Amino acid sequence: MAEAASVAAECLAGCRARGARSVLGQVVLPGEELLLPEQEDAEGPGGAGERPLSLNAGARSRVRVICGPGLRRCGDRLLVTKCGRLRHKEPGGGGGGVYWVDSQQKRYVPVKGDHVIGIVTAKSGDIFKVDVGGSEPASLSYLSFEGATKRNRPNVQVGDLIYGQFVVANKDMEPEMVCIDSCGRANGMGVIGQDGLLFKVTLGLIRKLLAPDCEIIQEVGKLYPLEIVFGMNGRIWVKAKTIQQTLILANILEACEHMTSDQRKQIFSRLAES
Amino acid sequence: MEEEMHTDAKIRAETGAGSSPRGPGCSLRHFACEQNLLSRPDGSASFLQGDTSVLAGVYGPAEVKVSKEIFNKATLEVILRPKIGLPGVAEKSRERLIRNTCEAVVLGTLHPRTSITVVLQVVSDAGSGAQLLACCLNAACMALVDAGVPMRALFCGVTCALDSDGTLVLDPTSKQEKEARAVLTFAVDNVERKLLMSSTKGLFSDAEFPSSAKLGPLPGSSSAWLRPRRLRNTSSASTGNRCRGVTPRAETSWGRGPLPPPPPTHPLQPEANQRPSLASRSYGLM
Repeated sequence: MAEAASVAAECLAGCRARGARSVLGQVVLPGEELLLPEQEDAEGPGGAGERPLSLNAGARSRVRVICGPGLRRCGDRLLVTKCGRLRHKEPGGGGGGVYWVDSQQKRYVPVKGDHVIGIVTAKSGDIFKVDVGGSEPASLSYLSFEGATKRNRPNVQVGDLIYGQFVVANKDMEPEMVCIDSCGRANGMGVIGQDGLLFKVTLGLIRKLLAPDCEIIQEVGKLYPLEIVFGMNGRIWVKAKTIQQTLILANILEACEHMTSDQRKQIFSRLAES
Repeated sequence: MEEEMHTDAKIRAETGAGSSPRGPGCSLRHFACEQNLLSRPDGSASFLQGDTSVLAGVYGPAEVKVSKEIFNKATLEVILRPKIGLPGVAEKSRERLIRNTCEAVVLGTLHPRTSITVVLQVVSDAGSGAQLLACCLNAACMALVDAGVPMRALFCGVTCALDSDGTLVLDPTSKQEKEARAVLTFAVDNVERKLLMSSTKGLFSDAEFPSSAKLGPLPGSSSAWLRPRRLRNTSSASTGNRCRGVTPRAETSWGRGPLPPPPPTHPLQPEANQRPSLASRSYGLM
């Protein structure tokens, strides 16, 4: 009875904070405030009489919770800033895990460590300007390629496709990318070869395709032999033996965002026959 | 509690009704929203409210011209195109109101030196300016959500008309608007039902303006300067001087500064004949 009243009061007021655990997997809207688990226990119903006695009267046991995309810290609570489903990942070691909002977006915002596909737009002195789909072009130094020295410059022209990762990406500075990893090896990064097709998809689809056990990629691989590069900025480069196969693959990948797995299997079986 | 739930259900049932049968001032006409219908913009939405329909597209955070960039937050631009003709002064004024509302709500400090552009196209217009503003506000909010622009709250736009005998009619038709004594458009946020923007046209008294008790606490602590300029309207109302040709207008938009400290819990008073929870109404769609 008391719980029903509090739920009704929540619906009417609309501004009472809810516990993060109770909304996992549900759609959250910007402006909602979420309580972290240890606060929930302290403020829950019936907490007055049953709170465990702590030896340290003032301090509360703080669990370190990481606030992911779509959430901001607001005092002790999490403020939702994007519309989407709330997700949580349990921590490997100690700590409270990560909370984030799974939202759909087309525009990319550079994040440090992301691997992206960029298009070289300008060459000025020692720096290439690379368009990565964000608000500013990223800068790429010519020395950031494997085996590049001042005498031995990489062969990069305006209009080339580059696969690299961000080393500097925050809201205050121009993003910088490199085509080597921390050991100095290319590791698949660098200029992407000739031919092939570059097309754009939403960021959510890229994350889905790059998930560890994605069926789509396995099924596509069984259809034709292909080369494929995924950029976290929503760009996919694909190359197959003939142009027609390349176009078919591009269409499938663009369409599979809105198809159920049954529809996808139908299409794949039809293509495999022909 | 059960009575309140029952009233809520009754209000919700009336929301979907067509243009004719309406309760006394407590229901809205049919409204609908569709998101992600355009392929080029980063976010898009189409909002249909009564006879008015607006299509909105959002681009951002994108590159900004050096002359327009702000060093510590995003530059928000709103472009409103009317259904026919070239955009004029009325469109410029509406653009400013919508921009101020969006700036209060969008977390621009997360994307400094970028631009967020909201483009609104009027698709169908019943000929009423106030309805159009509310519909544009709703479409802009839905498009910003579709684009994934970080926001600290959602907002909705609503129009109401005051009759000569003081009854408040929500979502008036063009006929009701023409016969009304005053037409008011508000933008309200969803967190604490605070007023973000108000645009009024006509004569009304202080008591008839939705007071802070009905809407929630006004943003910021200094509510004194946040009172809209109504003195002109009240003085002409008391002298009985109603100029048909010139209707007094007052437009105020209160931006929201940094997040105010959480106010003490404030019980809302759902008044069945006046203002049911508007903010929750616009989320009936989501």
